[in-house]
Amino acid sequence: MLRRFPLIAVAWALLPVSNPAAAAPHTYTIVIDKMKFGPVPGQLHKGDTIIWDNRDMFQHSATDKGVFDLDIAAGKKAALRLTRTGTFPFVCKYHPGMKGELKVAP
Amino acid sequence: MNRIFAPIVFAGLVAMAAPVVAADAPNDAQIAHIAYTAGNIDIAAAKQALAKSHNAAVRSFASEMVRDHTAVNDKALALVKKLHVTPADNPTSEALSKGAAAELKTLSKLKGGAFDKAYVNNEVAYHKTVNGALKDTLIPSAKNAELKSLLQTGLTLFQEHQKHAEELAAKLK
Repeated sequence: MLRRFPLIAVAWALLPVSNPAAAAPHTYTIVIDKMKFGPVPGQLHKGDTIIWDNRDMFQHSATDKGVFDLDIAAGKKAALRLTRTGTFPFVCKYHPGMKGELKVAP
Repeated sequence: MNRIFAPIVFAGLVAMAAPVVAADAPNDAQIAHIAYTAGNIDIAAAKQALAKSHNAAVRSFASEMVRDHTAVNDKALALVKKLHVTPADNPTSEALSKGAAAELKTLSKLKGGAFDKAYVNNEVAYHKTVNGALKDTLIPSAKNAELKSLLQTGLTLFQEHQKHAEELAAKLK
């Protein structure tokens, strides 16, 4: 499985994303609940971090096959640092009707 | 294709839903029992699949069924405890259990690809039937808001299971 977006399980906040020319990276949260992904932040930039907050009673994933694949147990969180620009449609691989899209600008 | 218990479930739920009389609609205690029973049946079927199947995709699907239905049932148990409701056995639950036992017996005689296809085809039929019952009878009949909400989440989940089972069935053909 390719992981061009590194999965940062615990120490995500400690990892530097150094690009002095760019704006300071932001951290955004996407809530997962009742079998749905919550709103996706609209102004994502390379270097930002997404926290996937699974408040549902089920295990879910945030998956763009071949790009990133995070398993998120019920009641847990996982972090994804955005290291590439582009449009990345994602699904829950267990419940593929759950969909969203990340649009990452430079 | 093995769809032994699907018609039984359907018949039971139709019988329950047909007359538009309050006394014939299932109450919350019965609804909780039916939903819990339906979940347990799918968990048992999935455990049988995990014991018999060597197909990675089928095993992954079965693991998902165990995990998701266990989560719903745990939530349902916590809810009925909180509401001081004792789930009440009823003819629909009994028909579900009886049909499921027959289906497990039928599937136990199959092996390899024949088992995989029969299990997955039955999962399609089962989820389709349960989803129909949830949508048309159980959710509209539920009085308690938390129970109704849990059933609605369950319906969304089971619709995903149905889709997943249909995709898997198409691959196994």
